[in-house]
Amino acid sequence: MRKLVIAISMLAFAGSAAFADPILDRQALMKDRGKIVGGLSKVVKGEEPFDAAAVLTQLQALQANAEKFDTDVETLFPAGSDTGDTTASPKIWEDMAGFKTAEQKYLADTKAAVAAAPADVDSLKAQFGTIASNCGTCHQSYRIKKG
Amino acid sequence: MLKKLAGAALVLGGVGAVAGWFLSAPVRLDAETLAQLGPGDAARGKRLFYAGGCTSCHSKPGSQGDARLQLVGGLELKTPFGIFVPPNISQDAKDGIGAWSVEDLANAMLKGVSPSGEHFYPAFPYASYARMKPADIADLYAFLKTLPAVAGKAPANSLGFPFNIRRGIGLWKRLYLNDQPVIAFADGTPEPVLAGRYLVEGPGHCGECHTPRDFTGGTTKSEWLAGATAAEGKGIVPNITSGEGGIGEWSQADIANYLETGFTPDFDSVGGAMVDVQRNMAELTPDDRAAIAAYLKAVPPHPNGYPARKPAN
Repeated sequence: MRKLVIAISMLAFAGSAAFADPILDRQALMKDRGKIVGGLSKVVKGEEPFDAAAVLTQLQALQANAEKFDTDVETLFPAGSDTGDTTASPKIWEDMAGFKTAEQKYLADTKAAVAAAPADVDSLKAQFGTIASNCGTCHQSYRIKKG
Repeated sequence: MLKKLAGAALVLGGVGAVAGWFLSAPVRLDAETLAQLGPGDAARGKRLFYAGGCTSCHSKPGSQGDARLQLVGGLELKTPFGIFVPPNISQDAKDGIGAWSVEDLANAMLKGVSPSGEHFYPAFPYASYARMKPADIADLYAFLKTLPAVAGKAPANSLGFPFNIRRGIGLWKRLYLNDQPVIAFADGTPEPVLAGRYLVEGPGHCGECHTPRDFTGGTTKSEWLAGATAAEGKGIVPNITSGEGGIGEWSQADIANYLETGFTPDFDSVGGAMVDVQRNMAELTPDDRAAIAAYLKAVPPHPNGYPARKPAN
C-alpha cells in the first residue's frame, strides 16, 4: 500500500514536472492560438466557405485560449523566465501591467466577437481584423527575435 | 634625424588632413539629376511615403492611426555608435522641413546632405534612398506637403567620439554611397523582380536592418538580406533570403500575404520593429507586395548573417 502511495505521488510529481516548464506551456498556448487564427483566416480570405456554426466554434476556442492565458499569466510568465529558449522580451517583466493590459484587450476583443456571433463573412472580417490587430501590437513591444 | 622625421610626419599628417578635408566634403546632386525631379504628384508620393517607412521613425513613438502622419520625430535609436534621434520632418517651417525646397529633399535623400551643407548620419537610410529615381523624390515631396505642420524640435543625437564628427561621414559615403543596385540580374529577368528590387533596395531600405554591417557600419553586400544582429534594440533581425535559416520555404504568395496581414505561413505574427513596417507595406498595392516577394525569392540565398544563439542554461 505504502509503495503504491509513493509510486502514485512520484508519478504525479513527474507529471507536474513535465508540465512545469512555463516557456513550453506558453508556447503551446500561442501555437494553438495561431492554428485557430489560421483556420478563421481561411474563411476571411474566402478560401473556405462561411459556416456560422463552425466559425462560432472557432471563435469560442479562441476565447477559451485567451481566458486560459489571462488566468494563468503569472504562472506562464514567472520572473526569470525571460532566459532560455524563449523569444519573450524582458519588457514583459519591466512592464507587467502594460503586458496584462494588452492581453486583456485581446481577450475582450475575442469575447466581443463570440457575443456578436458573426452571421456573414463581412461581419467576421471586421471582427477578425480587430482581433488580429492585437497580435502585432503585443508582439511589437513584448517579443524579440533571437538567433 | 629625429627632427627631420618629426617634420616629415608633420608634413604627411598635414597632407593627410588636407586630403581628408577634401575627401570628406559634402557632395550635392548635379544639375542633370536635379532636372529629372519634375513637378511631383502627391497621390504617387503617398505610395513612396509608405514604401519608405518615413512614419516608422519620424512619428512620435507608439503613434497609431492619423498620429502616424504627424512627423514630429523623437524616437530614440540606440545603436553601438550612440543614440540617434530622428528629427521633426513635418511641414513646420521652423522645427520641421516646411521651408525645404524639393531640391533640398532630393539632396537629403539621395546624397545625405542637409540644406545647410552638412552630412546627415546614415541612420537616416539615404544609403538605400540613393537608389531612388529623382522623379519619385519629387512625388514624395508633393505628398509630404499635404501632411500637417507640427511644432517642436526632437532632441539632438547623443554620440561618442569619433562618431560625433559629422565631417567624417564624407569618408564613409565614399565607401558606401552610390545609386547602383545591390543585386545585378541577368537580361530578361521578369519585370516584377526588378520592380521589387527597386522597392526593397531603394525606398523600402530593407537591407538596412536585414543585412549585417561591418565595423564601420556599412552593409555587407556579400551577405545581403541574410539577417543580422539588431543594430538598434535587442535580438536579431531575420534572414529573408532562401538560405538556411531564411524563408526559403515561404512561397511568393506567403511573403506577399505576410506583408499584407502580418501573419507568417504558420500563423505566427509579425513582431518588433517589423510591426510598423508591415503596417506600411499593407498600404501598398497587391502588385507592389507581389513584386517585393518576387525579388526576395530571386536574391542569392545566404545562411544566417547572425551568430547562432547560445544554448539555454
